[in-house]
Amino acid sequence: MIDDGLSDTAETVLEIENLRTHFFTGEGPARAVDGVSVSVGKKRTLGLVGESGCGKTVTALSILKLIPSPPGRIVGGSITLSGKEILPLSEVEMRDIRGKLASMIFQEPMTSLNPVFTIGTQIMEAVRIHTDMGRAEAREIAVEYLAKVGIPEARRMMLQYPHQLSGGMKQRVMIAMALCLKPPLLIADEPTTALDVTIQAGILRLIQDMQAESGTAVLLITHDLGIVAEMADEVAVMYAGKIVESGPCISIFSSFVHPYTEGLFKSLPGRTEKGSRLYTIAGSVPSATGFPPGCRFHTRCPLAIEKCNLEEPLLVEVGGDHRCACWVRAGEPA
Amino acid sequence: MAESHLKIAVKRIRRDGLAVAGFCVICVFALIAVLDMVPLPRRGVSGVKWNLTVLDAVFKKAPEKSYSPPLAKKGILNRKEFTLTSRHLIGTDNLGEDVLYNALKGVRTAFIIGIVPSLIAGIFAIILGLLAGYYGGWIDDVIQYIYQVLSSIPGILLLIAMLMVMERGLWQLCVALGVTSWVGLCRLIRGETLKVKNMEYVEAARALGASDFRLLFRHILPNVMYLVIIEMTLDFSALVMSETVLTYIGVGVEPGTGSWGRMIMMADRELANAIWWNLTAASAFLFVLVLAFNLFADALRDALDPRLRGDL
Repeated sequence: MIDDGLSDTAETVLEIENLRTHFFTGEGPARAVDGVSVSVGKKRTLGLVGESGCGKTVTALSILKLIPSPPGRIVGGSITLSGKEILPLSEVEMRDIRGKLASMIFQEPMTSLNPVFTIGTQIMEAVRIHTDMGRAEAREIAVEYLAKVGIPEARRMMLQYPHQLSGGMKQRVMIAMALCLKPPLLIADEPTTALDVTIQAGILRLIQDMQAESGTAVLLITHDLGIVAEMADEVAVMYAGKIVESGPCISIFSSFVHPYTEGLFKSLPGRTEKGSRLYTIAGSVPSATGFPPGCRFHTRCPLAIEKCNLEEPLLVEVGGDHRCACWVRAGEPA
Repeated sequence: MAESHLKIAVKRIRRDGLAVAGFCVICVFALIAVLDMVPLPRRGVSGVKWNLTVLDAVFKKAPEKSYSPPLAKKGILNRKEFTLTSRHLIGTDNLGEDVLYNALKGVRTAFIIGIVPSLIAGIFAIILGLLAGYYGGWIDDVIQYIYQVLSSIPGILLLIAMLMVMERGLWQLCVALGVTSWVGLCRLIRGETLKVKNMEYVEAARALGASDFRLLFRHILPNVMYLVIIEMTLDFSALVMSETVLTYIGVGVEPGTGSWGRMIMMADRELANAIWWNLTAASAFLFVLVLAFNLFADALRDALDPRLRGDL
């Protein structure tokens, strides 16, 4: 929905409309993702922000149809990758899509590489799953991409095992693996959360560089607003399986509207006086099996009015491309 | 420079003196077994014959009339002395066969019994364990049902029943032992697969478009393979000993195949007559091989199992 006005200028790589992914658990269905619509254009970066358990990762996994099933199932909506509607595709057809139209890098570089193979073997495998290249050709591509992601002595490093690399190096290898097939979309699920701060900047810059070079669209999932400010063109804020606010990065950072977004910004350490306690949003994300009626944030919202408890707010425009779902801040005048 | 887990494991084992000693003993035994498998051509009346192995050619001696003690010059049969045709390092048995030769013939049998059933069981355990752990659901239910039924039948009775059906013989025994002994390893592999399939590298490979087959046999199997290696080495001694027990109760290998079990079986009559060397030789060979394997297997497990290694 946030690509309005953008679709004319750039081709849309990922288009999610009203995606609903539910988990059918013993305690009833958990609506982990419940009506999410976002889109990312070529060369653009969308930052998907929200606290733990709000459905960011489930959204990402849904794009590649990697939801563990059972118990999970995509129950509705549509996902279009480079113009191809993927939800009706079979598992066999999805294998061609994964890695080719979209690939993913994960949060934990320490465990994302298979410990029994050299990193060279693993990148070559990624190449060879999707192409009919011979070993030699695949090796050249692997070396090329290892060099591109800034691994020194790429040819020698091909023979290293994952346990011989640092976390930052492993994440670089993961990026090389994800990008060696030139997918139009890269999904980065908290790519720097497990890394220490000095390494984070390098990895983020690498993603930006690779994006500039290949024109890849990036869906960046994070809970770190600092990273979003640095990387994203657009931002979507998620809460309890829904997008509560979305818009261009600058617009969100300069004039956030939703009380949840406001809470996120207020909790940033830099915004509080030294020595005073950090701001926290009271309570925690409600369990996905029992979301409150009406606005899902109203139980924790300082501004909640009676209507919030009764009716679910819809995303409405609050200024150029900037949308927000809140009765108080963005509701029609009563 | 680049070191795989296997190389690191080898390094760890090399630091363990007992394990190295065990490994050397295993090598010597293995050499004997190999010598007993390599046929030696002999020119006979009707052309070249291949029915004797290198081991036979070196150690086989003309049989004496009956028992003789180690290194004796004379034996006793029906209270009369008789002269031996040659010296026997550990004496001869009731048929006058050289005990050392018999004990050495038992090595090949022990190795076949120690390895082949493990391989058969390994194939069952790997395929069924991987499928059960990976797919879950009804596939898991069916496989668990099969091995629960199998493991609730008393093992020895099942073995005897199978050997009755297939007739006695070394290879039949291997098949019977293999088919009845995969349950434990299968359970281990199933459990480990349940863990490994949720590791991020498996998820990452799936996100790159890997098929189920590739995930199972290329990404998961190598990561559970340490269980198979450990289990096979630990099972070796148990299998070797089970052969002696089965032969002792009369369902083991057929007569004519070297067997420590048969040597021990003979001893229950011999010991009353103070004929100790047959039992001693068989027990000593069995003991040394099993001890060597246990020492080596323990070190191997310490080196390969990530839980004991402290990596995880």
